[in-house]
Amino acid sequence: MADEQKRVRRRPERSEEAEVEAPPKAESRSAEEVDKLISEIDEVLEENAEEFVRSYVQKGGE
Amino acid sequence: MAIPKVMGIETEYGVISKGDEDHNPIFASSLLINSFVSPRLKRVRWDYEEETPLRDARGAFERTGLELFEDEGGLVSVILENGARYYVDHAHPEYSTPECSNARNLVIHDKAGERVLAGSLEAASRSLPGRSRILVYKNNSDGKGNSYGCHENYLMSRSTPFPSIVTMLTPFFVTRQIFTGAGKVGSEGAAASKDTPYQISQRADFFEVEVGLETTFRRPLINTRDEPHADPDKYRRLHVIIGDANMSEISTFLKVGTTALVLSMIEDNFITSDLRIAEPVAALRTISRDPTCRAKVTLADGRSVTAVDLQWEYLDWARKYLADQDVDPVTAEVVSRWEQTLAALETDPMSLDRQLDWVAKLRTIEAYRERHGLSWDHPKLSLVDLQYHDIRMDRSVYYRMVDTGQIETLVTEEEVQKAVSNPPEDTRAYFRGRALGRFSSQVTAASWDAVIFDTGADSLQKVPMMEPLKGTKASVGSLFDAAEDAADLLRRLQS
Repeated sequence: MADEQKRVRRRPERSEEAEVEAPPKAESRSAEEVDKLISEIDEVLEENAEEFVRSYVQKGGE
Repeated sequence: MAIPKVMGIETEYGVISKGDEDHNPIFASSLLINSFVSPRLKRVRWDYEEETPLRDARGAFERTGLELFEDEGGLVSVILENGARYYVDHAHPEYSTPECSNARNLVIHDKAGERVLAGSLEAASRSLPGRSRILVYKNNSDGKGNSYGCHENYLMSRSTPFPSIVTMLTPFFVTRQIFTGAGKVGSEGAAASKDTPYQISQRADFFEVEVGLETTFRRPLINTRDEPHADPDKYRRLHVIIGDANMSEISTFLKVGTTALVLSMIEDNFITSDLRIAEPVAALRTISRDPTCRAKVTLADGRSVTAVDLQWEYLDWARKYLADQDVDPVTAEVVSRWEQTLAALETDPMSLDRQLDWVAKLRTIEAYRERHGLSWDHPKLSLVDLQYHDIRMDRSVYYRMVDTGQIETLVTEEEVQKAVSNPPEDTRAYFRGRALGRFSSQVTAASWDAVIFDTGADSLQKVPMMEPLKGTKASVGSLFDAAEDAADLLRRLQS
């Protein structure tokens, strides 16, 4: 498998009009952020989880 | 040279009524569509042959006092002024985006579809009695073995041999889930296993064969449906049924962007290495069930590789392919994001929890589980999973993440709102959408490849659109601006 060079190869050259901003480097969410989200989820979550999940039945589609 | 990859996404949404004993999903789906369309448009019939009768929904409908926009087949199906088709299919509301010319525009129009559903929900809730309500989810499974699809469509050259599409595309489809997966708690159907608390793809459990025509059972990795909705001598429409419905704009962007690029390479017969997977259906599941992305699958030539390894191979070919081309900015961004995503998946998949659906959902559910001390089979985790896909922006876990800056977006809400009522400008969807927007009372029917006008003349007049890249704003925009009515438009088109 040709995995020696591929991971260091640079992204392809672009013409000037094809300039795009480099997407931000992946940086995962902080524990504080996720904590805050979990509290929000508790506020918006449908009541009676067990009944709700059980009753969510769909007709099969494509 | 590969033809431009005109593309679209069709999404079957999950739908459920609460507190209504009359509920049936066809009624709920029909009500959504009619509630959205009634105040906007004279009803325009979709011109096609399939039949899905409304059955017992009719009585329930009469009580809402709304007009039922059913066509001759008894099917609710309308065309919107953005060129999209909005209809009932297999007891689900389905939204097919208008044809788009690139991945970014398709992300915008896919999101516009969510807003159409959300608008429908709001409008429908006004005609529901008492405490009844309808809920809509952009996902692909009810967790009980029933799946509904999110299909992609790509314009391809008729001259590309289908066997080479199958050979070159199957390994890509089996492995692209590492960035296109929407994530799912548990496993289901014939593939159910107690050892799978969480998996990468919503759909992987439902695929049973490598190639086939079916879409609702014995689902194939590669679907052979051949309805080009365009000049059949020149084009094929590749109908892709293996994708998950994505909330994340990055996941959708990568899904359609990388696929379009791989299809162009296949058309140009550019990929010469043998990437075939020995057992692709089994490999699909193996990869889906390994959130570490380290699982290895065996190739036909005996090599043992990860999904990331195979995706690197495709990316490598794509770089070579684009090396001597003028690369448009959207394709450049696809390649650069593809590369960053693979690098991150290789070192630490969880680092993508601001970008990819399956990672964002997994991190959130893990945290939720820890906070409340729940086991993986607790229904609350399935509920968080479901509610990640809720299309109501104030209740959806995904949109809670958007609002708090916890997930990256790619397009602006202004662009999405504009796309709710405006077609893409650079495909034939422009003609369809403008015809609806300006002269809906004189459009009697429309389909992907034609608009039929009734101008009051003796016969109906059909404008065929067999070329997906004709009928653009550049070619007909000024005619629409100047035309007084449909008859005037048709005169101007002929002169």
